[in-house]
Amino acid sequence: MILNGKKKIWSEYQKDIPEDHYFYVRSCIRQNFFPASEKLFLEVVRDRLSLDFFETEHHTTCGGIAYHSDTIPQETVMTIVARQFALMTEAGYKNYVASCITSFGLYTEILDTWHHFPELESKIRDYLWKTTKREFQKPEYLAHASDVVYKLRNKIADQAKYKLVNKENGEPLKVVEHIGCHYSKMFPSKGVGGAEYPYVLTGMIEAWGGEIVDYPERRHCCGFGFRQYLVQANRGYSLSNTHKKFESMAPFKPDMIITNCPGCPYFLDRWQYVIKEMEGTTYGQDGNGIPVFTYEEVAGLVLGYDPWYLGLQMHQTPVEPLLDKIGIRYNKEEKYLL
Amino acid sequence: MNKEVLVIGGGPAGIECANSLISLGYKVFIVEKCSEPGGHLRKWDRLFPYGVSASDTLDKLLQKSGKAIFFYDTEVQTINQVDEKFVITLSDDTQLHVSSIVVATGFTLFPAAKKEEYGYGIYNGVITNADLEDGFKTHKKELFKANRVGFVHCVGSRDEKVCNRHCSKVCCVTAVKQACEYKDLNPDAEVYCFYMDLRMFGRGYEDLYLKAQNKYGIRFIRGRVSEVAEDVNGCLVVKAEDTLTSRPLKVTLDLLVLMSGMSKNDDNDKIADMLGIKTEEDGFLSLPEPTLNNCQTVTDGVFLAGSVTGPKTLPETLNEARAAALSVHKYLSR
Repeated sequence: MILNGKKKIWSEYQKDIPEDHYFYVRSCIRQNFFPASEKLFLEVVRDRLSLDFFETEHHTTCGGIAYHSDTIPQETVMTIVARQFALMTEAGYKNYVASCITSFGLYTEILDTWHHFPELESKIRDYLWKTTKREFQKPEYLAHASDVVYKLRNKIADQAKYKLVNKENGEPLKVVEHIGCHYSKMFPSKGVGGAEYPYVLTGMIEAWGGEIVDYPERRHCCGFGFRQYLVQANRGYSLSNTHKKFESMAPFKPDMIITNCPGCPYFLDRWQYVIKEMEGTTYGQDGNGIPVFTYEEVAGLVLGYDPWYLGLQMHQTPVEPLLDKIGIRYNKEEKYLL
Repeated sequence: MNKEVLVIGGGPAGIECANSLISLGYKVFIVEKCSEPGGHLRKWDRLFPYGVSASDTLDKLLQKSGKAIFFYDTEVQTINQVDEKFVITLSDDTQLHVSSIVVATGFTLFPAAKKEEYGYGIYNGVITNADLEDGFKTHKKELFKANRVGFVHCVGSRDEKVCNRHCSKVCCVTAVKQACEYKDLNPDAEVYCFYMDLRMFGRGYEDLYLKAQNKYGIRFIRGRVSEVAEDVNGCLVVKAEDTLTSRPLKVTLDLLVLMSGMSKNDDNDKIADMLGIKTEEDGFLSLPEPTLNNCQTVTDGVFLAGSVTGPKTLPETLNEARAAALSVHKYLSR
């Protein structure tokens, strides 16, 4: 692998990400799967870095899951999104940051569609007014929350208590990065590093001491793929996707996986348990699975947050072997007490 | 009007056009931005379909161009038309006064790194047709030790994603030629060609394709490569689709050759602006009468030759260069 070749591509897909003053919108499902990720994001940017991130309880689903499952029309989902933009406008913000990858992809797609079909935007403005009496400005900047953490990665590194290194030998941990499909596969220029060799998570891992693993099925879907899982009859297909990824990454002996999508960490984490039950196969070292994290959780770990405060006890694949490898202190007795 | 003509571009089209003009009694200036003549031909080893030596071919072309005045490492800076004459300023401040101009600036090889999913410049085993040709020419033995080799046709051509809808015309037969040559150097190698459809339009091409299958056992797979990655051993994992069996396939290779196509010359817009001519949607220079007169532009006294107007084989390029010379002669003899 020629690192300079990747660096050249990365240099061509950089975004001018604002650091401050964002309207933050949560994901529908992340708080259930990885309960501390969004809370931690807000804690880090607000309390540790003193930045202005606003959220409102009036925010709803963006409709992305329904849209990608073909259960609601495009104009409906656009009107829902128009309402979110109206909330941002009413709150006095111009930068919009989404916690969810599918929301980010959906917003990007809608803004691009309106750019090419302004008559559709007018129609949606009309729908929004008729239904809610609201008006909106389009965001001046649309970010995914991982873009913001990427932007702040060195500031986080400055405050880090731990590094992503093996405490026994000082070697960087081998980290698999997995980007949500809706981050940059639809619009490569909207993702840091583009679609083929995304840099958004790689940049974080490098800044926090780890080393990225480039394996053949790196680009492959995590296995969620919406209808691959949402339609019950397709779930074998969902599992086979995940299986393919683990078979491909296993020879590289990764220590951990980091993701920036709501669905990916869930499926990469949970399906490992299913594969173990079905085939008896585990992909980590010493018979363990490979722990899977959100980027907020990894940020929390390097900043020294208690693993149970980060909700890591909710993971199917145990994280303790990795915590031990890094040297992160935790109390086994308190795992399920919080 | 004087009998002085400027040829922009010192590749095969420019040289052959100059040769013809010299034989008709004209004084010819050739402006070449590189330090040597020959263009892409200089970098090639052998030519399809018969395996003729590229350097011998170039030498033969240059033998007849002795009277042409070459300006190397030089580009045209400005062109002003005064009455029926052209006043040219070159990048070395030389001024030329000519009666006619032939643009023979050729093509730019598609930069394969733009097809990011193929990993050129990222994975060590991914090279281009030009790299392989250089390997043949300079006898890079290590390049011919690969036991599993793939050729990807249509890289940067017939591809809307990179804004090149056009067919590059010569890549199919070049891939077949290079695959056969590879087998000559490494008979044990397994060689695959991933193609969309094989455009074997020229004399001898179909025979070469047949030979590639019957004699060399090259496997032709109808389908595009979707992505390339490296496995833990540094081998290339290539994913493609076999559209004849309607199945995806994955193959592990040691070497992957990307058949970079002919794209518009990067300087075409600048040249078109200076000469008051246009480019087409594909970026190649425009011909107002492409059927009846494939050298004439909308500007009197300005003619085009070779692949500056689209992908062409070498014989087509040379014929067009001769036709451009005759067009100049007809124009200046009117």
